[in-house]
Amino acid sequence: MPSRIYECISGICDTITENKDFLTDLDREIGDADHGVNMARGFTAVLEKVPKDEANIGAVLKKTGMTLLSTVGGASGPLYGTAYMEAGKVMAGKTELSSDDFSAALKAAIAGIQKRGKAVRGEKTMLDALIPAAEVFDDQTAAGADLVTALDAACAEAEKGIEFTKTIRATKGRASYLGDRSIGHQDPGATSATLTLEAIRNFLKEE
Amino acid sequence: MVSIVIVSHSPKIAEGIKELALEMAQDYQGLFTAAGLEDGTIGTDAVRIMETIESADAGDGVVVLADLGSGIISAEMAIDMLDGSVNVKIADAPIVEGAIVAAVEASGGSSFEHVIEETEKTRGLNKL
Repeated sequence: MPSRIYECISGICDTITENKDFLTDLDREIGDADHGVNMARGFTAVLEKVPKDEANIGAVLKKTGMTLLSTVGGASGPLYGTAYMEAGKVMAGKTELSSDDFSAALKAAIAGIQKRGKAVRGEKTMLDALIPAAEVFDDQTAAGADLVTALDAACAEAEKGIEFTKTIRATKGRASYLGDRSIGHQDPGATSATLTLEAIRNFLKEE
Repeated sequence: MVSIVIVSHSPKIAEGIKELALEMAQDYQGLFTAAGLEDGTIGTDAVRIMETIESADAGDGVVVLADLGSGIISAEMAIDMLDGSVNVKIADAPIVEGAIVAAVEASGGSSFEHVIEETEKTRGLNKL
């Protein structure tokens, strides 16, 4: 499919903005009550900075990452910034997205988040949604599913990942200061990561 | 002379630390801050931190002191983006005490390694 990457990013921005208060409320429970506000501010800046007519998916992802770095303000700035920049390296020069591209980009994004945040699965972070989602995406693709079908399954798995974050205590980020009191609350980062995957899925479904 | 960059979520915290540290090192010109977002909002901005480190460097290296959470992550990101073009390190030290020691050492002409070493000694200091 031809590149409509700006519209895809715009879809992510809309989803994040619509869920701004929800994300901030989740962060109020176990953090510093700024995740939704920070992410919405970052993505609003992204839409201003990314050229509407740019077809190079890698270039748009890189610009998105750079903008998030300097406008989000919290730890999600460098974390999502790194994720988009790493995905951008995979997609450099490309104007179309295949299943293999998506898998490689998602895995590069996850590796970037892990390195930047020094986190692993099971610490109540966005990784608890993204890692299982990437695994299921690859399983589905290997079984012959097309991009949207595989991404649908990945989104469902990410939702399960959010549920999983309710059952564990945070050992990274501001929520780790709460210790066991973080149990019972879903992680805001896992939630925004899932919303991101769902926004991409919704965009691709409309294509 | 070694330079210092103070990274904080809050511009007020960074300015306050700078003011306090310079009382101990009055003629020192190498202390800079990278705090808050461009519009003054509380937060950290890896790009501004990178630019501040770049312009702070006088050729003898830059010691970074950062507050908590994204202060550290953004400073690490900034250093990665510099890709080795500046000799820079985050001192693993409390930001207030560390900044004062770093300013005293740097203004006295200590080497980059020595500034880091002395700054990191503040980590285990008991207050009482």
